[in-house]
Amino acid sequence: MVEVHEKTKDFIIKNELGLHLRPAGLLVKTANKYEADITVEKDGVKVDGKSIIGITTLNVTKNSKITIKACGNDADQALEELERLITDNFKET
Amino acid sequence: MESRKSDLLLKGIGVSPGIIIGKVFLFDPSEIEVFTIPINTEEEINQEIKRFKLSLNESKQQLLTVKKEVEHKKHKEAGYIIDAQILILEDKLLTENIISTIKEKKINAASAVRDSIIELSKSFDDMGDEYLKERKTDIDYIGERITRNILGKKRQDLSKMKEESIIVAHDLSPADTANLDVGVVMGFVTNAGGKTSHTAIMARALEIPSVVGLEKITQEVDNDDTIIVDGTIGVVIIRPSVDTLRKYSEKKQKYEQLKKELFKYKDLPAETPDGFHLKLLANIELIEELSSVLEHGAEGIGLYRTEFLYLNRKELPSEEEHFNIYKKVIETVFPHPATIRTLDIGGDKFLSRINLAEEMNPVMGLRAIRFCLKEVNIFKTQLRAILRASDFGELRVLFPMISGIQEILQIKEILEELKDELKKKGIPFNPDIKIGIMIEIPSAATIVDLLAREVDFFSIGTNDLIQYTLAIDRVNEHVSYLYNPLHPAVIRLIKTVVESAHSNGIEVVMCGEMAGDTLYLPILLGLGIDELSMNPLCILRIKKVLRSITYSDSQEFVKIIDQFRTDSEIENFMKQEMGKRFPEEFDSIVDKGH
Repeated sequence: MVEVHEKTKDFIIKNELGLHLRPAGLLVKTANKYEADITVEKDGVKVDGKSIIGITTLNVTKNSKITIKACGNDADQALEELERLITDNFKET
Repeated sequence: MESRKSDLLLKGIGVSPGIIIGKVFLFDPSEIEVFTIPINTEEEINQEIKRFKLSLNESKQQLLTVKKEVEHKKHKEAGYIIDAQILILEDKLLTENIISTIKEKKINAASAVRDSIIELSKSFDDMGDEYLKERKTDIDYIGERITRNILGKKRQDLSKMKEESIIVAHDLSPADTANLDVGVVMGFVTNAGGKTSHTAIMARALEIPSVVGLEKITQEVDNDDTIIVDGTIGVVIIRPSVDTLRKYSEKKQKYEQLKKELFKYKDLPAETPDGFHLKLLANIELIEELSSVLEHGAEGIGLYRTEFLYLNRKELPSEEEHFNIYKKVIETVFPHPATIRTLDIGGDKFLSRINLAEEMNPVMGLRAIRFCLKEVNIFKTQLRAILRASDFGELRVLFPMISGIQEILQIKEILEELKDELKKKGIPFNPDIKIGIMIEIPSAATIVDLLAREVDFFSIGTNDLIQYTLAIDRVNEHVSYLYNPLHPAVIRLIKTVVESAHSNGIEVVMCGEMAGDTLYLPILLGLGIDELSMNPLCILRIKKVLRSITYSDSQEFVKIIDQFRTDSEIENFMKQEMGKRFPEEFDSIVDKGH
């Protein structure tokens, strides 16, 4: 049996407006590029990282902590790209 | 439809002057009706699922087309919103829910979409967050689009309007007006909105008459009804009688005649017969208004209200966006100056996600410079862009809602820090950029001598100065009768401001509505104001009057009104005197440009 590849990481969202429409959209678009299942968790609530509606309902404001879990063959790459996106503040200045 | 009542007069808010008579183009008047149709067989279920999937695809294609259009028109922000809408459209949370609703409830696709959307929206209702409520609107909008595609009922598109007509709508959004053919729009008439709503701003930018806040006009008219829109006094007359039509045609003709005559003054100097030059500048809030600024012969921009950059959007404008707009403004009015006023609203107006306490009295609350000094990063982004744009012409920066010295010192410290930063990076800017403050709070008006030593110019914002000085909310119908620019207290304050400024060698601009009203012109001239900044549409009338009153006469006016004790005494005197000199200007039929 193939071992399922799983990776988890915590992030603090630094954007002025939190995960509002544009960054949430970028996050979902990025997640969609990978086969891995991606979940985003905040305060114990988990949603599908490929669902913009789901992410919006998390109400991620500035300085909130979120946990992203990627599960699947390309989990490493997925998490790496998501990390870059978040640490870049979603390309906002 | 049976013939409906003729000569129906509705009163709203006139937000863009002028008179227009034309046919109604009713924009998206009704909601679509969806009926639940039970289905039974497996085949029918599969058919409904297929219908749903096809309409999903169609919806996506439509959104991609809209995206291309708005990106072509450089509305980058709208592009992001459409991207997000596409993601919602393809969100499994939504699509799978709809498919399983079709399967489980055994109902047609359209009603499954409706049920799923209602269910999803509910999960947003519990959140109580303004921002999330807006997301709910996005989801509703997507639901409507899919449903329309399933039922084959297209959402109306303003670009389809081919004949000259007056648009009657509940409200108009930037997305609606983005693909409007400006050649065929005669006017805007809406149920919702106020003086600063998108509809109002667009109407002024396009220079077409507009009345908003009519509450339910969409229910009172049908397509192709004839209506009269008088944007000057905020009146709409539906299905006018022959008599009314005749009366209004005359009024319209007279109005347009006067307007045409005014254009003779465009290239004449703004000077009194005895050679006193009073600079006349324009107030704008959209770059679309720049052409109007040039057309009306303004000597620059005395007030660029930047609030609109922050409104109707989900995120803050970037420094680049600010910079490109300011650069365009200053380059367009070159060699004249342009004054950019920094953000003059509270965070509650546009940043639904910043947690601000609810305020009892928002006009006196955390807004304008107070908000900027608290959210310094937002402020710095705008200031950096202003500094960078100052390299392209005579750009001045104006700070709103100053109440004392402390705020100016804080602002200057931030400005110095930003200048250093730009210098280090080798980015060019004008190190001597002129800074000015709004005099609109009575405390500032009282200590102008102290403030004058700290800044390069003053700008008197009469709307707020009058409201704060007289403690009158002009929107409150019970007290608005007390709102009068001619209150002796207001005149005395203006006088003090001008005297203090001049003895310290700095100039005074007036940029409130008072500046664009010909009735007040002799007083402002006599008090020694250096520049008037107003709605571009007012400039030519002011210039016409200016060119026939002497500076020495206006000083006499000021001496005389100094002896009156009430605003009504002053007002009666002014009306009488001005009526004598300019009978056609002060004829009641003519508008005052607002």
